[in-house]
Amino acid sequence: MARFVDSCLELDLKNRIMFVIKYRKLFVSLSALMVIGGVVLVSVFGLNLGIDFTGGSLAEISYPDGRPDVVEINTSLADAGYDFATVLPTEDNGVFVKSRDLTEVERIGIFEALSIGGEFPIEEKSFTSIGPSLGKELARKATWALIIVALAIILFIAYAFRGVSKPVSSWRYGFIAVIALIHDVILTSGVFVLISQFTGATADSLFVVALLTVLGLSVNDTIVVFDRVRENLRESKNKTFEEIVGGSLYQTIARSVNTSLSTIIVLVALFIFGPDSTKMFALTLAFGMLFGTYSSIFLASPLLVFMQPKED
Amino acid sequence: MVKRRLIAFLVLLAGLAVAFFVYSSEPGLKADANDQHAFKLGLDLSGGTHLVYKADVSEISENEIKDSMESLRDVIERRINLFGVSETNVQTQEVNIAGLNEDRIVIDLPGITDIDQAVSMIGQTPLLEFKLLNKDADENTSFEDAYISTGLTGKYLDRANLEFVQQGSGSGIAGTPIVALQFDKEGGDLFGQITGDNTGEILAIFLDGAPISTPVIQTKITGGQATITGNFTPDEAKQLVGRLNSGALPVPIELISTQTIGATLGSDAVNAGVFAGMLGFLILAGLFIFWYRFPGVIAIISLGFYMAVMFALFKIVPVTLTAAGIAGFIISLGIAVDANILIFERMKEEIRAGRSTFDGLKEGFSRAWLSIRDSNISSLITAVILFWFGSSLIKGFALTFSLGVLVSMISAISITRVFLYAFTGTRDGKIRRFLFGTGFKK
Repeated sequence: MARFVDSCLELDLKNRIMFVIKYRKLFVSLSALMVIGGVVLVSVFGLNLGIDFTGGSLAEISYPDGRPDVVEINTSLADAGYDFATVLPTEDNGVFVKSRDLTEVERIGIFEALSIGGEFPIEEKSFTSIGPSLGKELARKATWALIIVALAIILFIAYAFRGVSKPVSSWRYGFIAVIALIHDVILTSGVFVLISQFTGATADSLFVVALLTVLGLSVNDTIVVFDRVRENLRESKNKTFEEIVGGSLYQTIARSVNTSLSTIIVLVALFIFGPDSTKMFALTLAFGMLFGTYSSIFLASPLLVFMQPKED
Repeated sequence: MVKRRLIAFLVLLAGLAVAFFVYSSEPGLKADANDQHAFKLGLDLSGGTHLVYKADVSEISENEIKDSMESLRDVIERRINLFGVSETNVQTQEVNIAGLNEDRIVIDLPGITDIDQAVSMIGQTPLLEFKLLNKDADENTSFEDAYISTGLTGKYLDRANLEFVQQGSGSGIAGTPIVALQFDKEGGDLFGQITGDNTGEILAIFLDGAPISTPVIQTKITGGQATITGNFTPDEAKQLVGRLNSGALPVPIELISTQTIGATLGSDAVNAGVFAGMLGFLILAGLFIFWYRFPGVIAIISLGFYMAVMFALFKIVPVTLTAAGIAGFIISLGIAVDANILIFERMKEEIRAGRSTFDGLKEGFSRAWLSIRDSNISSLITAVILFWFGSSLIKGFALTFSLGVLVSMISAISITRVFLYAFTGTRDGKIRRFLFGTGFKK
């Protein structure tokens, strides 16, 4: 990868990068298509919301002396009046039990039924029960946080680039960064929906954290490119805006790719070897990083050139 | 030159000192470590129970809600302390859902995985009553009518103490636990009046509706002191004393969320997180040296510094580490290298444009600084909003993440700079240009 990036850099990357600017309509349309794809995925399959959002309970139980047959567990649960609880066997002699949120009495009853009246001793590895009001609160806060992060970033970029007004006003830099953000969040959500179709992964509060972190990291890349554009605008007065944006991309692409690769490497390590509770989180963030870097090169920069008011 | 190298050497020593602190204050690493500064693990890693209760404040007038919630918290805290659990955390929380306020109590019980025990301990209100045996009672009298309320209840209790029957005191077998009660002024008067009027009668002590002791009144008791000699085990007596002292809950509560993590699941998560972090670091180190040669080595040393400082901060602040928090830290490793990458890429450009390694470095730092600053501020904005948004899980992530962004920015622009300057020069030989060059030439 490094060899590829660096040799490209030296040989014909400059031309290739100008290609992004030259065929900017193509790249912007491609991003638009991918965003539409992401929206379709999310709206057709829907985000598989976890109990953090919907309320409900989840228990992980292990059977140290061997697990009874799942059919037997289900019968025992149904007999005790808990037929609404779903049992999913795990690989290591345990089960996950999902149900609506439980009162303390119901929880004790279900655990009793799981042990088939004490015949199979159980060990409680984890238990979570979340009332519906907590779920609503999370959904509301998540929406607000996404909106506030986006607004704060527009404001910050408009402020940081306040010295730049020609040919594109500083507000537009902020605006473009936010378009790139929305692009990244929608694509990441789309991929998450696809993955959860196969693995049954649910969107929990860590998913929200992942999306918000993608916001922060994706704008990083965009800012680094824009920063270079700002510097080049100051230093080379006699170049066209296209040339300046293209040149800035050329100067920053090695950094963008290397940084994003470094972060993705640690995330992949976290995904493969890290604790179960943060596996999906790491995977979601890795995709987010990938899209973030992609959008800073193939979406934000072409858009910046588009924003340039037509002369003549 | 000598001065620059001396500074670099001192910085290196300081870094080693921080690393030594991290090592020597961790009981898991060094056997005789003082655990005052051990890493503080969250419930999901150490095992424990997290409970959220909704308080029913509908009966309480608006301006008293806050006080009631505070006293509710105090009562629950006292009850929990009977567990002897350390590092418990009880907090009140007011949330607004669709225009409606909801008052909550959030309780963390590290190390407690028996929810039944925890919930019953928190929720139960001990009801202590003193009742006189109904003299007119016969076989046909129902249980409720067998005893007559005296109006004396736990409400008048000042405090309860655990005592043991003294040798030769004549009031039972020596060493038997008894519960000594001290009534307040009003209760003491009432008690004196009851015992005075009913000498020779049986005054039964009821706990939660059941008689636990049925002593005969020997004489009028003034001064408001009484003892209960039930058939207690020392633990039972201790628990009763605790519950009597903690009083009744001032506000009715309802359990709305429970989370329990077994200790094994937690330690598995710690091991997995540490392994993933180390592996990520090693791979990054390899790639960095491969990409950037000598500056890569410096970046890895700087990253080592970064990790030592972060660990020390986790211990000193202290930051409660959760799985999400560890993830935040591991991601911040990626961000920490970013500042280095920005600087190196810029430096490489400047050196290629014909500058000496020294000038290239100087230029690289000053030009990369704007990008580093702006991009890190945007990460910080996100982290701050996450912190505000946060449930405890998300706060854990936001805290390590934002600490990571800040510390990494400082370590990249100071540590990396100090070390690189120590090795650059204004007149470069072939070797130095090779070391500072990119790994790949056309």
